[in-house]
Amino acid sequence: MTALHVSRFTLHVSHVCGRVQHNQGDLLNFLRTVWAVVAKDITAELRTREMISAMLVFSVLVLLVFSFALDLQGTVARAAAPGVLWATVAFAGTLGLGRSLAREHQTGCIDGLLLAPVDRSAIFLGKALGNLAFIVVVEGVLLPLFSALFDVPLLRPAVLLVAALGTVGYAVVGTLLAAIAINTRAREVMLPVLLIPLAIPALIAAVRATGVLVDGGVLAEVGGWIRLLVVYDLVMVAVSMLTFDFVVEE
Amino acid sequence: MREDAVRGSRRDVLGVVLAGLSGVAMFAALGMVFLYAPREATMGDVQRIFYFHVASAWIGFFAFFVTCLAGIGYLVQGERRWDVLALSSVEMGLTFTTMTLLTGALWARPVWGTYWTWEPRLTISLVQWLIYVAYRMLRAAIEAPERRARFAAVYGIVAFVTVPLSWFAIRWWRTIHPDILMGGEGMAITPRMVHTLVVSLVAFTLLYATLLRLRMQLECAVDALARLQARVESLRDQLTSRPPD
Repeated sequence: MTALHVSRFTLHVSHVCGRVQHNQGDLLNFLRTVWAVVAKDITAELRTREMISAMLVFSVLVLLVFSFALDLQGTVARAAAPGVLWATVAFAGTLGLGRSLAREHQTGCIDGLLLAPVDRSAIFLGKALGNLAFIVVVEGVLLPLFSALFDVPLLRPAVLLVAALGTVGYAVVGTLLAAIAINTRAREVMLPVLLIPLAIPALIAAVRATGVLVDGGVLAEVGGWIRLLVVYDLVMVAVSMLTFDFVVEE
Repeated sequence: MREDAVRGSRRDVLGVVLAGLSGVAMFAALGMVFLYAPREATMGDVQRIFYFHVASAWIGFFAFFVTCLAGIGYLVQGERRWDVLALSSVEMGLTFTTMTLLTGALWARPVWGTYWTWEPRLTISLVQWLIYVAYRMLRAAIEAPERRARFAAVYGIVAFVTVPLSWFAIRWWRTIHPDILMGGEGMAITPRMVHTLVVSLVAFTLLYATLLRLRMQLECAVDALARLQARVESLRDQLTSRPPD
């Protein structure tokens, strides 16, 4: 029993780690599976538009609440902008992540996916990339809107890079935790409680880096934060891919 | 092992030894903190809380490390004892982290004039505390024992790998905007202070081991009780379902 478990685990680890070294056909198949899952999510979203629209409206509402709470004008707006922006993305992100996995469960789609004779880390990557895409779309609306409303220069390549790096890790670990949360009694309530404390490093790094860049800093000044974000992303992708199998084992 | 832990608890030699050792070590640490360690020049007697503050912070971190290892153990072997270890260690870690936060607040009040500052070490303790409160909530929200153990193991692993990253992030966050309250916080450490700190660390580690063991025995007793109850139920069913003569 134990030996079986160990061999299963090592097999799994070596499989996940060694995927890149497999021959090209395997890698292509893997990527094709990932893309199939992403395409499925995008198609479903294009038909209903329920997730993106909820996330967008919710993030505008959060902006509104912040603008009342902090009286966001002039220099205050500039100082508070990075924090407000990232808090908004984080809250809207949990909303979307929770919904994305809840939809899989309601429709029974996740069972179909898991029955398919494909690699489960491909399914995980597909779901994570789909969620990433949705959060990026929301950011794509939020950043120009934010720049216009509060007169803060956010549409710079360096800020976009920080935004991209911050979002990758968040979406990946969020997808893993949403898959956990959906199987608990508390469901949607559970996800933010699990996710926000684990997102702290990414949130701090993204807020700080954005702050420096908004104040007219250049990319070189935020090198440390960028590196931290990259490490966070890599660690989260690796750990999530290694553990996802255990989350959907039933 | 599980049955033994329950049945043999009356003559649990290791448990008695551990409890005795940690009791002696705790008294030694207390004595050293108040009688052996020198009075700190700028902060005065309130600095003596430092020894227990650092010791409980160390146990907080160590306990969560144990939970992460136990999580890996569970995912590899799928045995209940790893889950018992993970759960017990989280509860110990939460207890000691709570102590870290409270002693930190008590220390901060006279020294910095406020109960709470967003000082890096206090902040990381708070983040850790919140992560493992979430871990407890996750366990409470899942009824199936096997699934609860599996999810908790995954969360314990993912959570622990973010701790060092949080640590870096919070440190840099604070060094970029240095806190005026923190100015001149440096403490001259004398050898007597080091001795006292080492004894406190040993005492708290022993206390952790003692409490962890007791908590694991309690969990095993809960399991044993559940098994007995299930057996009573099945026996009762057999009796009542017997056809009348």
